Amino acid sequence: MLEINASGLYYRELNQKIRDAVNNGEKEITVKNVNGQYYMGDGLRGKATITIEGVPGNDLAAFMDGPTLVIKANAQDNISNTMNTGKVVIHGNAGDVLGYGMRGGKLHILGDVGYRVGIHMKGVKKQAPTIIVGGTAGDFFGEYMAGGVLILLGLNNDGRPIVGDYLGTGMHGGVIYVRGEVDKKNCGAEVGILDLDDEDRKVLKDSLTEYCKDMGLSLDEIMKKGFKKLIPVSLRPYGNLYAY
Amino acid sequence: MFKSLAPPEYLATIDREKCIRCKRCIQNCGWGVYSWGGDKILINTSKCVKCLRCYHYCPEEAIEIKDNPTRFKQNAYWGYNHLRNIKRQAETGGIPLTGMGSDLPYTILFDNLLIDACQVTNPSIDPLREPMELRTYLGKKPSSVELEKGKDGKLKLKTKMPPQLKLSLPIVFSPMSYGSISLNAQKVLAMAAKECGILMNTGEGGLHEDLFPYKDNIIVQVASGRFGVNPDYLNAGVAVEIKIGQGAKPGIGGHLPGEKIPLEVARARMIPVGTDAISPAPQHDIYSIEDLRQLIYAIKEATNYKPVSVKIAAVHNVAAIASGIVRAGADIVYLDGFRGGTGAAPSIIRDHLGIPIEHAIAAVDDRLRQEGIRNEASIIAAGGIRSSADAAKAIALGADAVAIATAALITMGCTTCGKCYTGNCSWGITTQRPELTARLDPEVYAERLINLIHAWEHELKEILGALGINAVESLRGNRERLRGVGLDTQTLDILGVKPAGR
Repeated sequence: MLEINASGLYYRELNQKIRDAVNNGEKEITVKNVNGQYYMGDGLRGKATITIEGVPGNDLAAFMDGPTLVIKANAQDNISNTMNTGKVVIHGNAGDVLGYGMRGGKLHILGDVGYRVGIHMKGVKKQAPTIIVGGTAGDFFGEYMAGGVLILLGLNNDGRPIVGDYLGTGMHGGVIYVRGEVDKKNCGAEVGILDLDDEDRKVLKDSLTEYCKDMGLSLDEIMKKGFKKLIPVSLRPYGNLYAY
Repeated sequence: MFKSLAPPEYLATIDREKCIRCKRCIQNCGWGVYSWGGDKILINTSKCVKCLRCYHYCPEEAIEIKDNPTRFKQNAYWGYNHLRNIKRQAETGGIPLTGMGSDLPYTILFDNLLIDACQVTNPSIDPLREPMELRTYLGKKPSSVELEKGKDGKLKLKTKMPPQLKLSLPIVFSPMSYGSISLNAQKVLAMAAKECGILMNTGEGGLHEDLFPYKDNIIVQVASGRFGVNPDYLNAGVAVEIKIGQGAKPGIGGHLPGEKIPLEVARARMIPVGTDAISPAPQHDIYSIEDLRQLIYAIKEATNYKPVSVKIAAVHNVAAIASGIVRAGADIVYLDGFRGGTGAAPSIIRDHLGIPIEHAIAAVDDRLRQEGIRNEASIIAAGGIRSSADAAKAIALGADAVAIATAALITMGCTTCGKCYTGNCSWGITTQRPELTARLDPEVYAERLINLIHAWEHELKEILGALGINAVESLRGNRERLRGVGLDTQTLDILGVKPAGR
């Protein structure tokens, strides 16, 4: 268990310290007094668990490949940008463009997220990313999605809409689960809204069991409300756009 | 389906006297023009794109591909392509696609620029018998250097140099992805790059494991689809390129058609088989120069500070954008002019958006010099470099190096038919059909590409020799050694070039 004090450190120094610690085989790291430093966990590999105290800056866990980051506060934009494997747990809200081009691993957020979350996520068979958002999401959730799983729970949304417009627009792979009802008018033209089948229930239960454990929530409570499944209606949403 | 009202562009014909019915034309045509009719070859000429594969492989020279004499009535305003596209759009409601760079007759500035030569008052140099330096380093250069004496009394560089990419000559291969071109075509580029001491660029389609042995000659690309990008990939090459735009389709994203997404390409891109690979128009994490800086440094952090190149299409405000890119921390600014090639672009975009590379080089070089940041980044110029003369002119206008793609594909058999987006390339270049890609033998065609690069190398040396300079460094931004012919005053002013005779 190693403690790093981020107070007054520029991101390059801080991230170098974290990289060195992970490369030295440190498995448990706590970073204290984080105050907006960019790129924490950027390109980081290995199996360490890093607990971040304070609000980390943009591009958290970009290109990350293995470690687990636990953020005990809110986080900012561009989290898990093109992340390969590993896990990010955020006990608060997070900003825009989360999980852009994400290729694997998990991103668990307790609170609300902004615009364009989970865009162009991709996956093949076993390597597929999962993002679970506990609160609400803005417009363009799951835009251009090509693979992986997006789960939106809408807990404690105080009557606010659970998701913005253009949900799943341009989607051509993967699956989105939304807790509650989804209005077709909020969706992109490329998605179909379906009820869950047994396979979906299994995926949801597996994913949410881990999420609930991370967040200290009750799975039974969450599963009391029904889910809708969104999948692309076509593998080639723009197949007819062109004259050959 | 009724017959298209647009007459076929080409007439594929077979001299029946010469034809020995060997059926090689049937085997070789990726387009399905030829079929066997029981006693003779049948021809469906509407499928012909004039790629000349059949002509080349006909042992009897029995095949002739003619431009179809049955054309729309000639009209200087309503051109053939206008009518053809309208008819195709009326039939399909779609956007006509095209491949390679724009072929429209806009003024070609390279052809209106001439290079100086020495006569009497300054001696020219014979590059065959005197040293001639083409070596080029791409990357940030310090604005000043400090030297110190080492323990052995020799002077040493004290300033820590930013990372540099070493090229044997100022040419690189432009990005072309696995998917847009075949793996064999990528292998040709990689093998030639290694042999010639230059670089190839993966484009946005991941790095196939077969290319790992060439990693010292590879730039890996990160674009809006983020295809194939992981920490191994980012660290695989010598540099990382962020692709913002492409000269052939500035401001729009990419749709690699599903026809070109078989299992192996789908796996490399992590998308479903047969789907269109969508690269969004913008990178949604980049809406400003500040955002670009964020991605540049995210990549630098993930790669222990490898050089980062930023590729943009040459557009109207290119100079200010390039200045922003340099200030955002890029080591290389890659400018792609509107003539730049593509595997697939809407022809309306390709032919009508962007500006020529010649203007862009001059404008960017000027702006970076005025702002005192020209040393902060190298400039790669691309978008229609057809010969070593174009390369020399681009360098004289201010580029550090040029990038070529179409020229490289031509060495592999490409005849610029412009139908790359169909995935039927009979030469095995812009296709993923295994029976077609198998005919592009990487070793055979790498040798041809190496020959081309060596030939251009000799030509560049001859040009420098004629100019009386012995290092390409002395040509860089040396616009005094260019003259314009038939260019208006304003264009000359933008290019920073005098008219011939002055």
